[in-house]
Amino acid sequence: MTEGEEGIYRENRLPSRLIAKLRSGLLRMLPQVIAVVAAFLVGAVVLVATGYSPLDAYATMLTGAFGDVYGIGQTLTQATPIIFTALAFLFSMKSGLFNIGAEGQLIIGGFAAALVGISFDGLPALIHVPLALLAGALAGGAWGFIPAILKAKLGAHEVITTMMLSYVATYLTSYMVNYPFKAPGWVAQTVPLAPSAQLPRILPPTQLSASFIVALILAALTYFILQKTTFGYEVRASGLNPLAAENGGINVKRTMIIALFVSGAMAGLGGSGEVMGVHGRFIDGFSPGYGWDGLAVALVGGLHPVGVVIAAVLFGALRSGGMMMTRVTHVPLDIVIILQSLVVVFVAAPTLIRYLLRWREPKD
Amino acid sequence: MNIIDIINVGLFAATLRMATPIALAALGGIFSERVGVVNIALEGMMLTSAFSGVAVSYYTGNPWLGVLAAVAAGGLLGLIHAVLTVTFKGNQIVSGTGINIFALGFTAYMSQIIWGSRGASSSVPSLKAISIPLLKDIPIIGDILGNQTPLVYLMLIATVLSQFVLFKTPIGLRIRAVGEHPAAADTAGISVVRVKYLGVIVSGMLAGLGGAFLSLGHLSIFTWGMTGGRGFIALAAMIFGRWMPLGAFSASIMFGFADALQMRLQSLGILPPQIILMLPYILTVIALAGVVRKATPPSDYKPYDKG
Amino acid sequence: MTQAVEMLGITKTFPGVVANDRLDFSAEKAEIHGLLGENGAGKTVLMSILYGLYRPDAGKILVDGEEVHMDSPATAIRHGIGMVHQHFMLVPSLTVAENIVLGNEVTRSRVILDAKRASEEVRAFSERYNLKVDPDAPVHALTVGAQQRVEIIKALYRGAEILILDEPTAILIPQEVEELMKAIRALKAQGKTVIFISHKLREVLSICDRITVLKKGRLVGTVKTGETSLPQLATMMVDRQVLETFDKKPVEGAGVVLRVEGVQVVNERGLPALKGIAFDVMASEILGIAGVEGNGQSELVEALTGLRRVKGGRIFLNQVDITAASPEQRIRLGVSHVPADRNKEGLVPDFSVMENLILGSQGEEPFAKRHMILDCGAASSYADGLIADYSISTPSKDTPVRNLSGGTQQRVVLARELSRHPKLIIAYQPTRGLDIGATEYVRGKLVEMRDNGCAVLLISADLDEIRALSDRIAVIFEGRIAAVRDPKETNEEELGLLMAGGKVD
Repeated sequence: MTEGEEGIYRENRLPSRLIAKLRSGLLRMLPQVIAVVAAFLVGAVVLVATGYSPLDAYATMLTGAFGDVYGIGQTLTQATPIIFTALAFLFSMKSGLFNIGAEGQLIIGGFAAALVGISFDGLPALIHVPLALLAGALAGGAWGFIPAILKAKLGAHEVITTMMLSYVATYLTSYMVNYPFKAPGWVAQTVPLAPSAQLPRILPPTQLSASFIVALILAALTYFILQKTTFGYEVRASGLNPLAAENGGINVKRTMIIALFVSGAMAGLGGSGEVMGVHGRFIDGFSPGYGWDGLAVALVGGLHPVGVVIAAVLFGALRSGGMMMTRVTHVPLDIVIILQSLVVVFVAAPTLIRYLLRWREPKD
Repeated sequence: MNIIDIINVGLFAATLRMATPIALAALGGIFSERVGVVNIALEGMMLTSAFSGVAVSYYTGNPWLGVLAAVAAGGLLGLIHAVLTVTFKGNQIVSGTGINIFALGFTAYMSQIIWGSRGASSSVPSLKAISIPLLKDIPIIGDILGNQTPLVYLMLIATVLSQFVLFKTPIGLRIRAVGEHPAAADTAGISVVRVKYLGVIVSGMLAGLGGAFLSLGHLSIFTWGMTGGRGFIALAAMIFGRWMPLGAFSASIMFGFADALQMRLQSLGILPPQIILMLPYILTVIALAGVVRKATPPSDYKPYDKG
Repeated sequence: MTQAVEMLGITKTFPGVVANDRLDFSAEKAEIHGLLGENGAGKTVLMSILYGLYRPDAGKILVDGEEVHMDSPATAIRHGIGMVHQHFMLVPSLTVAENIVLGNEVTRSRVILDAKRASEEVRAFSERYNLKVDPDAPVHALTVGAQQRVEIIKALYRGAEILILDEPTAILIPQEVEELMKAIRALKAQGKTVIFISHKLREVLSICDRITVLKKGRLVGTVKTGETSLPQLATMMVDRQVLETFDKKPVEGAGVVLRVEGVQVVNERGLPALKGIAFDVMASEILGIAGVEGNGQSELVEALTGLRRVKGGRIFLNQVDITAASPEQRIRLGVSHVPADRNKEGLVPDFSVMENLILGSQGEEPFAKRHMILDCGAASSYADGLIADYSISTPSKDTPVRNLSGGTQQRVVLARELSRHPKLIIAYQPTRGLDIGATEYVRGKLVEMRDNGCAVLLISADLDEIRALSDRIAVIFEGRIAAVRDPKETNEEELGLLMAGGKVD
């Protein structure tokens, strides 16, 4: 082997390429990390201004989220649906569309899964589970398809239509579960799903279910689809430069429609996971805003599936740790939502971050 | 029960009332989009303002101070949106969404702090309806227009004023120029940044007025998420009205009618509440689907780079 | 006599490029002063600095002998400087009068716009300088020449004594150019100073009193028109001789590749853009379509590439009817497209060079198995090959294309489009915004494809380019072909006349 060949051989060896990739990935995440830190700082100001100690609040959040097996289990449980909605938003963003209706798509997906779960008896789990998941995905997908068609054919802005359909989904399922499908009793919920339609718990005594595994698989699948398939290429091209994509023979409208369908389906799958794995039935209002979390997580994760999983765990920690924080320090749980919104706001201003990082650059 | 129980003068009076917050927020949307900044944070601005108005009224006992606070809160959020999108050239939809999420969390958080409940505040002094002499005695019109809270009249004035300002004054000309062709405005010696800031802050203030109506002019409390998507419906009204104040007003009347009808049907118990509650949102989607092809936005919303 | 304006030691850098390098420039009162140089020589940047749009890194500006800190267009306007840009700064939905008074609005009691008075004032200016405009017409309804007149009046209305015109003839037909020249001479007669930015040697020689030549950001020299000549100016402008003609191999017996029959197409606004256009392009031929922008060229390109629906008529590619074919099908059948705006239409700026090189073939072998999974290895070696063949200067094939220079980007487009061995190449303004070297390369490649049997449809607003490259020239006017000429048997005057809709014999 000549020296040149040896050099190339060394360069292409897996570990050093991996390290280089990790390093560039971490550098790319720097603005998001700064945004998170900045958000926590401003959150601390809010806490101090309303008479609470940020140190106590954040410390109990941390111990609540990661302190023991139960905490970790709850953190991952809370993170799971957020991974789905974040992937949903991510996928829509890649195609150039803003799907902010993941909340509604998640809910309608959960309900569809519940329907399948309670309507059939005696099916083997091997069939029942995928069937319920499929129903959830299709329902969520339909909820994404409608705004997509309206945008493609009629130019209706998807920000408004996805938002509106989210409200429709909430009220529709609320109606369903208060009237036709209401289980006996006071609570607005369905009867429990057949055991063959439920997802197993994987970390008792926590609520962590196999839904978490599905989420991780979906994240990997999302990466694969976007980077390694023709469809993913066309989605990304349509999102980055629709005109050039069209000139390259890509049917941009059709790509966007399919992308929004997939996006809705991902959120729907998340809802199914919650219903089938965590609650075992459809409960009115079971989502405390997972759709919004997903949006924030997608942005914090830098619109990359790996970043999304990490950020989702962070936000899951916020939620589960937050519950402990409220119990112990009596800080209202909504500080978590404030923190999330601050992260979104800081991520929305990349120039701000760059500005802070390079304040020494000479002025124009 | 017959049709008169549903369709009567009271319904139209209610229509005007329910249209008010939407119309005000839609005016806000117009001013922001006309300078080239998409503002989907109308919802969050309304909510925060609704809360601020109630909080200040609670502490001072004066609902008008509450209205002022609401307008100020809206303006402040408008300023933040402007800073993020104009100065830092951040993504307008992301910034707007961040503000919306913030509003939800912040209002619930503060609600808990002040009144110990994140769901609802205690009752506070609110605006009373006023009777306009002479006007209220005109049959039918008088019943609709003659006896409303002051904010309704303010909304009507704001609509006409906005139409006038946009099309008959120098600042209106500059607003339209900045949104449609910022480079042209720049080379004409106009400060594009200043006009954009003005448009977005005014947008927040108008949305704030709309929020004040929800909590102080219509009820006398603040409840969690009480805007209920009206900020987004206002965007639809804005598009429907082709970014013109008078047009947005007409569209808001339509949505207000749907809202008023929905409440009336609910109180009459004809259909389950949830089905009725869905109606305004479905109507919005249909309205958007039907109209948008022919409506051209007043701007391409790209951040202006002097280069 | 004091100079109307003096710029001393002006330096301005942008990331990676020195646009102005210690430039000195001055213009006298009541003079028409030409600022000459190639694309990218720094002319527009220098004048933008004079107009307060950019702040120089070094140097100073004197107006009428007095030093001025030019920090914004408002300051420039205050000192009597006006600028008419290449891309008009007019708000389409506002009227002529509204555009002119923008920033300086005429009002009643300071709050209400006085539309009538504004209209009258504009009319007064229009008559005084003999620049015909209708003050109450909305700008979007005006012709290009009329819009330019509005821009000039706008500058004069603000009290401009010094008028900067940036490439004013770029979008005019020869007849409109004559009218503009008359107006400029009239302005000089009224004591105004006119700075005429252009890269067109002949024009600058015909109208200017003195000419300053820039090259790559540096000052080459200032000459009096009477004391210089075309060849001298050309040498000052470029490093080497500009290739005026291409030697094309004569070809015989070629068949028809593209046949366009009576095609009717409607534009964005629903108005007819192509009204039954018909022409043929043969193999081994470059058909140049000359015309003023806005006569249906972009709609024609869209109809041929499949991006715009054809309402009437038919399009045949090698006898196959492709009128209703999708863009993807046309690419498969051998249609390649070099678009007018490479960044908006030809490339995905955030994609890497490699990803851009497979655009259009991302679903085909060998890059994808059954239109599904991408084969990155195949794409990778394909990209390596093209980068070598077309000498694409990029740090790597994974570099985002937005980081490359304009000329390199165009090479990426060419590499992708030409290496597909197309039957037909549609080249729309292929050299716009490129420097001399890149322009020559692109033109050379088109001729090479033509020599190798390809049919080339060249649509360009650059009449010189059309005349240099085409085997036949077709003039497009109002959505139809007005005439077809042999380049050796026609001249600029006749073409200009045809482009304006005039009839010849």
